Amino acid sequence: MNTTVDDQQTGTVIPPVHEAPTILIRPSRGWVALNLRDLWNYRELLYFLTWRDIKVRYKQTVLGAAWAVLQPFFTMVVFSVFFGQLAKVPSDGIPYPIFSYCALLPWSYFAGALDRASNSLVGSSHLITKVYFPRLAIPISAVMAGLVDFGIAFVVLLGMMIYYGFTPTTAALTLPLFLSLAVATALAVGLWLSALNVQYRDVRYTIPFLTQFWLFATPVAYSSSLVPERWRAWYGLNPMAGVVEGFRWALLGKEPPASLLAVSTVVVVLLLIGGLYYFRRMEKTFADLI
Amino acid sequence: MTDIAVRVENLSKQYRIGGAQARYKTMRETLMDMAAAPARRLRRLGRPAPPEETIWALEDVSFEVEQGEVVGIIGRNGAGKTTLLRILSRITEPTEGYAKIKGRVGSLLEVGTGFHPELTGRENIYLNGAILGMKRAEIERKFDEIVAFSEIEKFLDTPVKRYSSGMYVRLAFSVAAHLEPEILLVDEVLAVGDAAFQKKCLGKMGDVASEGRTVLFVSHNMAAISALCPRSVLLEEGQLACYDDTQEALEKYLNLGAVLQRIPLIERKDRRGSGRITLMDVSFTDPQGTPTPTIRSGQDTRACISYVCKDGVPLRNVVVSIAFDDYLGRHLFSCPSRISGEPFDEVPPSGRMICAIPRLPLPPGTYTFHLFCGVNNETGDWIRHAGQVSVAEGDFFGTGRLPEASRRGLLVPHHWDVE
Repeated sequence: MNTTVDDQQTGTVIPPVHEAPTILIRPSRGWVALNLRDLWNYRELLYFLTWRDIKVRYKQTVLGAAWAVLQPFFTMVVFSVFFGQLAKVPSDGIPYPIFSYCALLPWSYFAGALDRASNSLVGSSHLITKVYFPRLAIPISAVMAGLVDFGIAFVVLLGMMIYYGFTPTTAALTLPLFLSLAVATALAVGLWLSALNVQYRDVRYTIPFLTQFWLFATPVAYSSSLVPERWRAWYGLNPMAGVVEGFRWALLGKEPPASLLAVSTVVVVLLLIGGLYYFRRMEKTFADLI
Repeated sequence: MTDIAVRVENLSKQYRIGGAQARYKTMRETLMDMAAAPARRLRRLGRPAPPEETIWALEDVSFEVEQGEVVGIIGRNGAGKTTLLRILSRITEPTEGYAKIKGRVGSLLEVGTGFHPELTGRENIYLNGAILGMKRAEIERKFDEIVAFSEIEKFLDTPVKRYSSGMYVRLAFSVAAHLEPEILLVDEVLAVGDAAFQKKCLGKMGDVASEGRTVLFVSHNMAAISALCPRSVLLEEGQLACYDDTQEALEKYLNLGAVLQRIPLIERKDRRGSGRITLMDVSFTDPQGTPTPTIRSGQDTRACISYVCKDGVPLRNVVVSIAFDDYLGRHLFSCPSRISGEPFDEVPPSGRMICAIPRLPLPPGTYTFHLFCGVNNETGDWIRHAGQVSVAEGDFFGTGRLPEASRRGLLVPHHWDVE
């Protein structure tokens, strides 16, 4: 009888109940699996890192959470004066202040999250060189931490909606989708930039430029209806255009930006998957390079 | 058959070396490189790759640790101890070979990893616990125990930036000590805190060991190693020099020290100071200047420190000091030239500064020394834990006798009379 084979098989196939997981550490080559399960096992760490970012941000600030409101609010005021009043940028019949604030809300979230995510790895070098955990937790928590600011600034938008007499329709229920799209965009680009930043410190200096150009390429101060009809779907190649127009549609009742959104979603999904794989590929070098 | 908890097979790790500029490449350089790469590859076709500037921090290391075993990892600075631990902790990947680990791993390469100065003690316990891999429920369950162990109850809601360094370390160690993995990797975390707390930490480590957990323990503290670890891995220049009973390994380690008389400092990155002067290496010699294989208690000893001044110019107003700590990290004595009234008015661009210590007052044992060199009332070069020196038995009192091990601190020449 082939008892030895049997023994071996039972030995490997059915481990004892108390058996701990076996970890195999070996050099990886090329592209590696995403291993999102590992990230899931560390979800509590993700929570604590996010919580830390939020807590620390408002410690020792005089105005605390007010900062979340001040930045988009004053940008809105400046935009309203220069673009709305002086340049008379058309705002599709919506009062300019709420028209721009509704776009500034996801935009400031995005710009802040992108900046924090891109610098997150370099800023956490003391963790990366001293303890193991899925490195993805760092940029993800950086992106998540910005949501609190978003929530606070959103309250101001609600106030403005009451002031200007906008009643939310059922379209407002789709808002989480557009917010998710903004989160995904920030994360997708943040993953690329944070991993690049470990290797090339130039990245840090390009981010302010990048966000500035990106702001002008996004219909924040103006409407996407300025773009000729047949090019409008292509405008969705900038995912933030989809997010911003999505917000305006959901809250202020502009016409639905369907084709724009479809393109934006595809772009973000591709960027995000690419970013995840690139990040995982570079992950093994972080501790040595940082 | 007992279970193997950690199995290391032909593990190697290669690092590229080079200046700071080489490490952070700029994007422009990389793009140029990429553009030039196909041509270079074409030219290189069929020929072996040119040798790059690399070092093997770890080379072909294999060993096995059984479940419940406590193993020490010893070797001098740069022997690859920390690299080994970093690979086993999955912080960095090996270049070749593999390691198999059975069980939940907890690694303590430092205490207080991820502590945030702005957060309170309470908040940092949760954050640090999560970073070390504890579940939230687990931290909550052990919270009171952690606080009690750290002895900082009163300051629990104070931001840790206002803590004294002692309090900070105590809190950090307490969190770490309550980690309950099946396999614990520890790197020199005991070299912190005051002596009383260190004792407590050693006690805790002993508990962990007796609970049947597998522990890999890197330390320069030979007393702790021999007390806690029945077996030890000795690494020498990245290679496994021996894996044996701790006593055997320690003996081998101390002999290695005898062979390597000159302790190099050039590679040290953890130095502080303006860099106007760089300490290159240290050797211990007899009064004639011949390097001795071992220094002995009571022997006239000289510490010779080679140095180089920046830009090859002579420096004025230079002070130098060497200080010795015992195995627990307690400061024993130092020899500062500023205090002994011998600052150098001018030193040549390179040379050796020599400290003569008549009748070395150290009983047998291993000591850590620190080096400091000041230029014009500024720190020129300061290397903490510059190296270790082992002192062999010697006839300090001229009687052939030394105090018993438990009664040793420093040896002081003395004389008794009765009237």
